[in-house]
Amino acid sequence: MTTYLASRLLQMVPSLFLLTVVLFALMRLGGDPVMHLAHPEASPEEIAEIRAAYGFDRPLPEQYLKQLRMMLRGDFGESFRFRSPALPLVLEKLPATMELAAVSMLVALLIAIPAGLLSAIFQNSPLDLGVTTTSTLGRAMPNFWIGIMLILLFAVHLGWLPVSGRLETTSIILPALTLGTSVATSLARILRSSMLEVIRQEYMTTAKAKGLHQWAVVLGHGLRNALIPFITVFGLQMAWLLGGSVIVEEVFAWPGMGRLLLNSVKVRDLSVVMAGVCMFALVVMGTNLLVDFLYTALDPRIRYSSS
Amino acid sequence: MFRRTLRAFGSQPQGVIGLGLLLVWLILALSATQLVPYDPLEQGLPPARAGDSPVRQAPSSLYWFGTDELGRDVLSRVLAGAHISLALGFISVSIGLVAGSTLGLVAGFYGGWVDGIVMRAMDALLAFPGILLALVVIAALGTSIQNVMIAVGIAIVPQYARLVRSLCLTIRELAYVEAAHVVGSGPVRLIFRHFLPNIVPPLIVLSTLQIGQAIIYGSALSFLGMGAQPPTPEWGLIAAKGRDFFRKAWWISTFPSLAILSVVLSFNLLGDGLRSLLDPRMRMVRAADQRNS
Repeated sequence: MTTYLASRLLQMVPSLFLLTVVLFALMRLGGDPVMHLAHPEASPEEIAEIRAAYGFDRPLPEQYLKQLRMMLRGDFGESFRFRSPALPLVLEKLPATMELAAVSMLVALLIAIPAGLLSAIFQNSPLDLGVTTTSTLGRAMPNFWIGIMLILLFAVHLGWLPVSGRLETTSIILPALTLGTSVATSLARILRSSMLEVIRQEYMTTAKAKGLHQWAVVLGHGLRNALIPFITVFGLQMAWLLGGSVIVEEVFAWPGMGRLLLNSVKVRDLSVVMAGVCMFALVVMGTNLLVDFLYTALDPRIRYSSS
Repeated sequence: MFRRTLRAFGSQPQGVIGLGLLLVWLILALSATQLVPYDPLEQGLPPARAGDSPVRQAPSSLYWFGTDELGRDVLSRVLAGAHISLALGFISVSIGLVAGSTLGLVAGFYGGWVDGIVMRAMDALLAFPGILLALVVIAALGTSIQNVMIAVGIAIVPQYARLVRSLCLTIRELAYVEAAHVVGSGPVRLIFRHFLPNIVPPLIVLSTLQIGQAIIYGSALSFLGMGAQPPTPEWGLIAAKGRDFFRKAWWISTFPSLAILSVVLSFNLLGDGLRSLLDPRMRMVRAADQRNS
């Protein structure tokens, strides 16, 4: 297991390296970085001075290597908006985003597992039709609109929950519901289809023939096997969920990394953008690693050592 | 053959509903200039009832979808926005399709270190949420609807690259492709004669589903203020402006959001229908059914 962990961590290195290359190239595509640092009325001499001071007059590969060395030390440069190092700003917002992501995933699982399971067991029933229709509609529904509707219903009309912010414990409910339901639609579809395949397997018939109760067969033999493709999609959905968090954090004024990133993009605070993007990538890669470990727990046939 | 395919497609209600809905939207988008009851940019339209304010008028026989915070007709703005959203979907997906398929084709065809580099780069991008990648591109290029199209296009490149590469790896091992290679067919002939015909059907399915996704991304970016700028009647932007008045004027955000929902739904249903039509496993089931009947 340790060897596997080490090899998976090593595999992340080239991906992260290429991500930094892509990010560097994109940032340079956006024009001269000196223009973001210099005063609007700066003279050509002052601009040349800043260019030399920050090393922007050096060849691009040299600039990249310098930036890479800095990033490896955790130095993403200084935010011109906050006048402070970029990485601590992002790290400060990380707990709020992770909290939202975790609760949203919990909401998604609480909705998707029963919905997908019941939909497969009662295939072609009104319940199945309801689940598949809701999931089809949910996939096409923009996140921001779900958020706005939830605010209107639960915060404005009923007055049960806060409209926005992160001041109260209940503040997380609406943003997590918005994100969670959008992820649940995909997860429920996957669980339904994988459960439908599992139900037709011979070991399910054998389990029933042994006289096991229907629910024992479904939960003990069916669900466990149907969860393997479900977990794969779950990992992929984590990336989607973090992307969606940018929109949801904006709608609900949730003070997380997504909102910080968005506001930094608006004013082109590139140091914060770079730090935020790398942090998001690390979180997604970490989740994928976690998902890989879940496979071993669920399916003993998977032998990582042999692969 | 064509008639059989058409009949098979017609037997799937979801594909037919999706195609029908999409055709309606295409007609609306193409004839929006003739259909709009008012100029989508005209502010302070006369109130439906004398003495009322022209702004935020509720839906009525005069203004079916009501008016917005500046007294513009929401129906006209939604209709005028149809071609923007559809263009965004088609152009973004074209960018992703061309760039991603080329990369996937090169990686899958040549293999070796070319494959290694291309696919590691794609893995790096895939490890990253599409909307965030699009945001980074916008951070680099600046906010505009054209840049949103480029950004969304770049964000979906890895999905095409992965699909085409995996298809190429399968096609490369087929006996007739190996035979063509042995008799001296060059790379261009191999790609155009043997690879592309096998790659196109799955690409059509992926593209249909991706257009819907691209429209959602694009409208979300405009909603966040990263895409279309006022007074452009872009659906995400209209919804964003209406958010501030949602309590008293629900219609400003609701109708453009419903428009997004229905267009994306049409592409998703069509994509699902095409997938079941073009999936070899589904084709075998249909062939068996025909033999039995």
